[in-house]
Amino acid sequence: MNASLLLDVQGASKYFGGLQANEDISFQVSGGQILSIIGPNGAGKSTLFNCITGFYRLDKGRVLFKGLDITNRKPHTIGKLGVARTFQIAQVISDMTVLENVMTGGFLRHVRVGDVRLKAEEVLAFTGLMAKGNYNAQALSVSDKKRLEVSMALAMEPELLMLDESMAGLTPVELRGMIELIHKVRERGITIIVVEHVMEAVMELSDWVIVLNSGRKIVEGSPKEVVADREVIRAYLGDRYDAVCP
Amino acid sequence: MRNITGKQLIVGGAVLAVLIILPLLIPPFGQHVVILTLIFAMCGVAWNIMGGYAGMFSFGQAAFFGIGAYTSSFLLMTFNVSPWIGLVAGGILSSLMAAAIGYPCSKLRGHYFAIASIAFAEIVRIFFNNWEMVGAAEGLTIPMRQESLANFTFNSSKLPYCYIILAFVLFALAVCRLVSTSKMGYYFRAIKESHEVAQVLGVNVVRYRLYAIMISAFLTSMAGTFYAQYILYIDPASVMVLAISVQIVLVAMLGGANTVLGPVVGAAILIPLSEYSRAWLGYKGTGFDMIIYGVLITAISMYRPNGVWGALAGVVRREK
Repeated sequence: MNASLLLDVQGASKYFGGLQANEDISFQVSGGQILSIIGPNGAGKSTLFNCITGFYRLDKGRVLFKGLDITNRKPHTIGKLGVARTFQIAQVISDMTVLENVMTGGFLRHVRVGDVRLKAEEVLAFTGLMAKGNYNAQALSVSDKKRLEVSMALAMEPELLMLDESMAGLTPVELRGMIELIHKVRERGITIIVVEHVMEAVMELSDWVIVLNSGRKIVEGSPKEVVADREVIRAYLGDRYDAVCP
Repeated sequence: MRNITGKQLIVGGAVLAVLIILPLLIPPFGQHVVILTLIFAMCGVAWNIMGGYAGMFSFGQAAFFGIGAYTSSFLLMTFNVSPWIGLVAGGILSSLMAAAIGYPCSKLRGHYFAIASIAFAEIVRIFFNNWEMVGAAEGLTIPMRQESLANFTFNSSKLPYCYIILAFVLFALAVCRLVSTSKMGYYFRAIKESHEVAQVLGVNVVRYRLYAIMISAFLTSMAGTFYAQYILYIDPASVMVLAISVQIVLVAMLGGANTVLGPVVGAAILIPLSEYSRAWLGYKGTGFDMIIYGVLITAISMYRPNGVWGALAGVVRREK
């Protein structure tokens, strides 16, 4: 497994004043995996994302990507090294068309506008947004915006794609579409980390799940193991419901 | 970005032909207005690169305009350096100043950036106002030299000035178009949307913001050098005041920020209006010219917030 170790988070800790947003979190992701990070609201999932991608400074711990120490490097440097991400609330460039948005991501690896356009069109065909290439990004539905955000990330040709709640707020049909898209992305050989609340997606997609609660990693395992875990049930439903469990 | 179509080429060629022929037909005051218009068009295009595309609302462009004017004039008067070399030297100096002030401001956005830019320009103005070596508040009177293109001096006619500044504007437009259709332009627009989005896409926000400021400062400085060689007298009150910075922003915003040609259209409307209303109405001392000017600005910002050109371009796009 070590040969294909892609991301290695060692004892990540982040404090906001007295609040422990992340406390000594360690986990590893190997190439080609889909890892899910779940946990109740306020568990520190997005904070962890921001620490890994350089938006927050870690107070303690290290992050290694392909063996390279990327702890507290600048977000754009981490992007260049091959880590792309999306946001909880889809962030697109609102006064650009869909195609131009994706092209902006493509400029990371190509310089000539023509090459970038080709790359962007290829990505849009892959994510199913080709028909809306000339739409203004602002005019897209929530679902399409999330798809666009994934497209922008893919145009950066990442090795690791980190999706922050890409399923939130989608209709069941849109949800299926997004799950399929993530499967397709993995088939391309891209490793994926998702932060997700939608358990249907977590169960279906994940090779491995880690569960955070109050800033700490409480459990990790396969999806089946994790949902049966007492600690996890307690974290989600509280102590009283735990008493009812067999 | 769309490519230039044949139709656009014809319209552009026609406008250019008018601009080349027009100065031949009008009296000197008209030529003066054309020159002023083109000076502000150039500054507007320069502002647009950092303000319209990269979202950095500078209200301090007068500093770069002034540095351009002072650098070439000082070099000419002290070391007898050709204004053409002074033009480049001023541009480089302005870019360096822009980088020096832009770097510590790299986290500032929106209003805060605007305030910082005003502060910067005011500091530069006050500095020049007290700097004896460049004439302090008295300014510099640039000596009249023999009329020639090499000397950047023309005494008998304003026409050569018309064509030089026209060439400058075309140069600025070419730079703007090159920037806006390249990687840099896409990155500027990403930065304008949000620093976070840009960073995620791998954009070095600090560096690209500096690029925008430096390009803008260089072009603005060129216009400043031109102004000095045209008027042949500069002082901080005429080339470094806040009113110039505001005028530049108005030209770009009302014409249509975020479009290559918008600032030129804005200048073509605002500057003649301002000059002619002052010439016709201003002498009465009623301030009537300022009222008309104010009403127009209010009207455009209320009904055409994307600027005149922005609105026109929108109509054209919808028709397609």
